[in-house]
Amino acid sequence: MPTKPLANGLRRIGAGTIRAVSRMGFAARFFVAVLYHSPAALRRIPLTLREVYFAGVLSLVVIIVSGVFVGMVLGLQGYDTLNLYGAGDSLGLFVGLSLVRELGPVVAGLLFASRAGSAITAEIGLMKTTEQLSAMEMMAVDPLARIVAPRFWGGVISMPLLAALFSVMGVFGAYVVGVRLIGVDSGTFWGNMQAGIEFRPDVTNSIIKSVVFGVAVSLIAVFEGYDAKPTAEGVSAATTRTVVEGSLAILALDFILTVFMFRGVGDV
Amino acid sequence: MNRSAIDLWVGIFVTIGIGAIVFLALKVGNLASLDSKPSYHLEASFTNIGGLKLRAPVRAAGVIVGRVESVKLDTTTYEARVTMRIDNDYKFSKDTIAAVLTSGLLGEVYIGLEIGGDPQMLADNGRITKTQSALVLEKLISQFLFDKVSSGPGQ
Repeated sequence: MPTKPLANGLRRIGAGTIRAVSRMGFAARFFVAVLYHSPAALRRIPLTLREVYFAGVLSLVVIIVSGVFVGMVLGLQGYDTLNLYGAGDSLGLFVGLSLVRELGPVVAGLLFASRAGSAITAEIGLMKTTEQLSAMEMMAVDPLARIVAPRFWGGVISMPLLAALFSVMGVFGAYVVGVRLIGVDSGTFWGNMQAGIEFRPDVTNSIIKSVVFGVAVSLIAVFEGYDAKPTAEGVSAATTRTVVEGSLAILALDFILTVFMFRGVGDV
Repeated sequence: MNRSAIDLWVGIFVTIGIGAIVFLALKVGNLASLDSKPSYHLEASFTNIGGLKLRAPVRAAGVIVGRVESVKLDTTTYEARVTMRIDNDYKFSKDTIAAVLTSGLLGEVYIGLEIGGDPQMLADNGRITKTQSALVLEKLISQFLFDKVSSGPGQ
């Protein structure tokens, strides 16, 4: 029958779609369940603080170092290009706007997904593999409240702080290169930056973006860990999925948020 | 890692993070400059505002004294009605001239205020009657070319 390959192909597409939709539905219900168990988890604040330590404090080094280097590269490249048009004085504005509006939340989010998200997924996945989660349920301890919700909130709290720190470090890196090395006037550097960047909408939108990325990455990380196949291979696949899906989610969400936040800026 | 060490590190982390947000707000975003200061409104009508944008600066003698808050088209006169928010520290005389200017050839468009000699000052929601519209470069060039052509070939 010549139609058989066609039917098989369609069947595969259908199965894939159904699997994707049911996973999305499961993730959404999982999100609601995490939120439902959050008050109980947040009442025991040391649990969440411990996760802020693992997700946030231990990410400090990578965030600070990347921030400084991204800022220094922006300073060098930006100055070269701006100077072509005699606008080298606008370096501060250029660096500040790129970092605050886009690079701060996005790059910090990508680093956060690979540094902290993967660790959360691996930890929860391994707990599931070694049946620690089932053991907790046997002891009438809800793993959603004891394990998942603190990790989720630890990520949500850490992410905006890390993104802000990344932006500041980037500005500092650009300051070192632009003002100390190249010799842009310090007053011009800060003055142009302050003239062009407003608290509202620029800085507030940056914070909103980083909070949204924090929720997205943390949710993906805990969900993938909870949903992982309880084998060594399954945990490794789930960790990979966290990094890939987390990064893609950040980039897609960033585009959507940017469209809504900055499309109207400057228009009447 | 025991409990108090974790608390300490999280405390340091949160303090640094909040410090970063404050730095972004104050040093990068310049929150403290104008938004929080008490201010009053002035209005002015222009026949053409060119590329004037919302939140564009209002300058007097080059100093930023306020921002453009709204731009509307007055449907009775078909002029652009611009509302400016001016810092309370600065008062302007009743015969102040407002002009839509551009800093440099490609720079930002702003409103320049030129102070007159009237001893009476503009109050809140006051109206600047003397205005000068934006210089539209295309119009200027076409006018120049037209003059050139009508005055016959050069030399």
